[in-house]
Amino acid sequence: MNVEEFLRAATEASGVSGHEASVAHIYEEALRGYVDDLRRDSLGNCIAFKAGDGKPPRPRIMFAAHMDEIGLMVTKIEERGFLRFTTVGGIDPRTLVGAEVTVHGRERLRGIIGTRPPHLIPEEERTRAYKLEDLFIDVGIDGDRAEQLVSVGDVVTLNRPLLKLCSDRLAGKALDDRAGVAALVGAMEHLRRIRHEADIFAVATVQEEVGLRGAVVSSYGLEPDLGVAVDVGFGDMPGLGEHETIKLGKGPAIVRGGTVHPRLYERLVETAKQHGVKWQREVEPAGSGTDAWAIQVSRSGVPTAVLSIPLRFMHTSVETLSTSDVRETSRLLALFAAGVDAEFVRGFEYDLTTAQ
Amino acid sequence: MILQQLSEAYGPSGDEGPVRELIAEEVRPHVEVLKVDSMGNLIAAKGLASSRPPVMVCAHMDEVALMVSWIEENGLLRFKKVGGIDDRILLSRAVKVGRKGVHGVIGAKPIHLQRPAERKSVVQSTDMFIDIGATDRSEAEKVVEPGDYALFDTRFEVTGDGMLKGKALDDRVGCAILCEVLKGDYSFPLYAVFTVQEELGLRGATVAAYSISPALGLVLEGTTCADIPGTEEPRWATRLGGGPALSVMDRASIANKDMLRRLREVAEREKIPYQFRRTTASGNDAGPVSLTREGVPTATVSVPCRYIHSAASMASRSDFENTVNLVSAFLADLSQRGY
Amino acid sequence: MQELIRELTEGYGPSGNEERVRTMIQEHVQGLVDEVRTDALGNLICVRRPTAPGSGLKVMLSAHMDEIGFVVTHIDDDGFVRFDLVGGNSPFRLLGQRVAFADGTVGVIGTEKIDEIKDLKLEKLFIDVGMSGEGAKSHITIGDMATYHRPMETSGDRVIAKALDDRIGCAILVEFLRRKAPSPHEIYCVFTVQEEVGLRGATTAAFGVKPDLGIAVDVTSTGDTPKARTMDVKLGKGVAIKMKDRSLIAHPRVKDLLLATAEDRDIPHQREVLEFGGTDAGAIHLTRGGVPSGTLSIPCRYIHTPSEMVDMVDVRACVDLLEATLAREITL
Repeated sequence: MNVEEFLRAATEASGVSGHEASVAHIYEEALRGYVDDLRRDSLGNCIAFKAGDGKPPRPRIMFAAHMDEIGLMVTKIEERGFLRFTTVGGIDPRTLVGAEVTVHGRERLRGIIGTRPPHLIPEEERTRAYKLEDLFIDVGIDGDRAEQLVSVGDVVTLNRPLLKLCSDRLAGKALDDRAGVAALVGAMEHLRRIRHEADIFAVATVQEEVGLRGAVVSSYGLEPDLGVAVDVGFGDMPGLGEHETIKLGKGPAIVRGGTVHPRLYERLVETAKQHGVKWQREVEPAGSGTDAWAIQVSRSGVPTAVLSIPLRFMHTSVETLSTSDVRETSRLLALFAAGVDAEFVRGFEYDLTTAQ
Repeated sequence: MILQQLSEAYGPSGDEGPVRELIAEEVRPHVEVLKVDSMGNLIAAKGLASSRPPVMVCAHMDEVALMVSWIEENGLLRFKKVGGIDDRILLSRAVKVGRKGVHGVIGAKPIHLQRPAERKSVVQSTDMFIDIGATDRSEAEKVVEPGDYALFDTRFEVTGDGMLKGKALDDRVGCAILCEVLKGDYSFPLYAVFTVQEELGLRGATVAAYSISPALGLVLEGTTCADIPGTEEPRWATRLGGGPALSVMDRASIANKDMLRRLREVAEREKIPYQFRRTTASGNDAGPVSLTREGVPTATVSVPCRYIHSAASMASRSDFENTVNLVSAFLADLSQRGY
Repeated sequence: MQELIRELTEGYGPSGNEERVRTMIQEHVQGLVDEVRTDALGNLICVRRPTAPGSGLKVMLSAHMDEIGFVVTHIDDDGFVRFDLVGGNSPFRLLGQRVAFADGTVGVIGTEKIDEIKDLKLEKLFIDVGMSGEGAKSHITIGDMATYHRPMETSGDRVIAKALDDRIGCAILVEFLRRKAPSPHEIYCVFTVQEEVGLRGATTAAFGVKPDLGIAVDVTSTGDTPKARTMDVKLGKGVAIKMKDRSLIAHPRVKDLLLATAEDRDIPHQREVLEFGGTDAGAIHLTRGGVPSGTLSIPCRYIHTPSEMVDMVDVRACVDLLEATLAREITL
């Protein structure tokens, strides 16, 4: 897989939470031939399965990266065809002013999130940030036709062709978390060539941005022995301290904290060191806000880990990353999975009835 | 008393190993099965010969804490909070960092150098540091790694008129009570669960209850108590010395009415003083336990603790003992009269 | 149907205290269903076996029995009662309201002296039950709950009452059962508890029922009052088919099924996007390995006040749509 080509297709596709089917299709096409089974569950999670080489019962590893993106949804069609909207997932309304969007109605309609011209804005209003209720989408058609083409509940995506920046950097929308999805595809490619005892389920999850919902049901359905969520982390930039960011180009961050089982953290670090995979550390004591938060407490509990791909300007249409970080994440995932055997998985629960 | 060891033990949310080992040693002679699940919950069971449905009693082992997030060039440690901590209680506290217990203090910009406006505002935890005395980053890295936890450095003491002082009484009092209760014998399968990660979102109890699938759940807590100056009686929530507090409702659950009635009956019959928890704020493990699978009748009994989630909290010994008595009598009642 | 709505809305049933409403519903569904049971949290689960040939699904319909209320936290020596909220409410709605406890004790909500309206906080409010300290304490205990105390009124096709959220949903499910429309599906009408405090009843009920399809019936806000928050839902324009709220993004096929059926049968309907709030479907769709789910909403003005208002046109449309949808085989 060429990371840039995959991300171009995947990020330019539309996949607002609850409406991920086109991204699922791209994921499936990228993996066809590399895996033993591809299926979607009742909520639309896309599950790629690759059988392990070990004797059954084999350990079951779940990789999760979410394919949904933040977006907008039409709430009302005004008389002259202007569309009012709400957000799906967390979007700062201030980043939307002047944005070009696509309304996924009966047809795809190009639109602009418009504002009053500066000449007509009173001085005192200019320092006030725009709120969601101030904003509207102009699709350039009048009320009656808008009523025919657009319905309340239609989703709206931000327009942003993937941009190639200097060196190996890319900018675009929905890199949160299509970058993670790309890392899963890359890992499955590696695993064609690496012996692995465990069964691997690489899940492109739905509805993460609205509450980890895809991970809740897919982890219940799969009953994995281990889970690894791949998501994005805050990239370094002026105005943020080194203590609160991770660096672009320095490899995936291996997260340490309550969502991550200490043995998985240690194993990931050992794996990275042993194979010369670039890595960094991210400290997140409580909720990492990733699918791992849901997977960890599925049924009787699942030891989980989190890998973060450094990403700048999160939840905007100009999210920026380094493709080398995606590739390193794939390697680390694959090498980690290859090292998991039945004995490693057994060690997470133990008996203390007699003194050790 | 075991509470002293428990209070002083190391057990932040997400790294409860040392407190778990301590409890395991304490309860092993009294139970039939003792195991640790994949999240780290300690599950102790007895009465397994009975064919009656299981009863789950739980208390959480974890405590609020800090986590080292970054080591500065000059050796000072940045940290994040683990669980709900008010920034205002952190300044000038002494802490121990990591399982090895490296001593440190929490500092911030001295008041002399603060602008007048700054002096009136709350110092944010993001503007504070832990100083372990390291002269630079490489010296600090010899003893600390980002991701290590820092705990309040507080000794447990019996003080005042029968008062207990220490850190992490929320919920080491519950753990201590559960250790006591496990010494008794019951005619039903009793699953005592010492849970992890309650302070991160009631996480350990969620998976333990799913595994055990109990017919009844009882949660033992150290709960909020504000019978202090500046707070009027309607806002006290609980009163120190008023006996075990029964929860009616909080953010995570509404207590099962039959269990609540039964707890009151037992308390009245055994002449054990009790009070209601008079607030709906906050939530505890009863939330996930009650929503397990097809639902589990669940209630909470708590020891009132002043100043929870700070470096030192205070509880009443009589409340602690009365809670042991109430929980023991309640379980004995379940043994005799069924459920 | 209005008499049923009157009985249900005037009944007492704050979250965790739904027994009386449950008893009422139990009486009404008697003979209309094949099995009735109550689970550990108090949900009422009524099962109707398939009554028509064809391959059917296990369908869970859900309406919550509980209503918002007030829980007693303190009773002082003069008989004044302090309270916390049960479910979402605001002190601004409460001044001068009458409330009633389970035993019929009625009280009035009063406030301490406040200088400015912005100082009106919950802790300033109290319930005056018109009794001495001793009298109050003999009737009321800490932990007791009260609800709004209001009779139902009608104005043409409009119904005004407390607790239409969600007794109107309960009434719709009862009415649906009364029609005895043939269906190839095994239908679980679940009257849930503790929705207002976090969709709790639906969580455990759905785990037990294991449905193939979930549909919640609940109320939703409207945008048809003066300077309302922007929302394209109006009273009397038909049943609202949910696209999204805070708890659920409606499953595309469930949403399309409901929309197509409504269009096919000319049942008045509208599309709904609710920016806040959630329904039982939020819990149902996350059950076990996932359950395709949607919500049918009854537009309702002044939600969580003692004077919630719905239009019977929308109510009847909802029953019609449920009946039409479940009359046929469903492919998900």
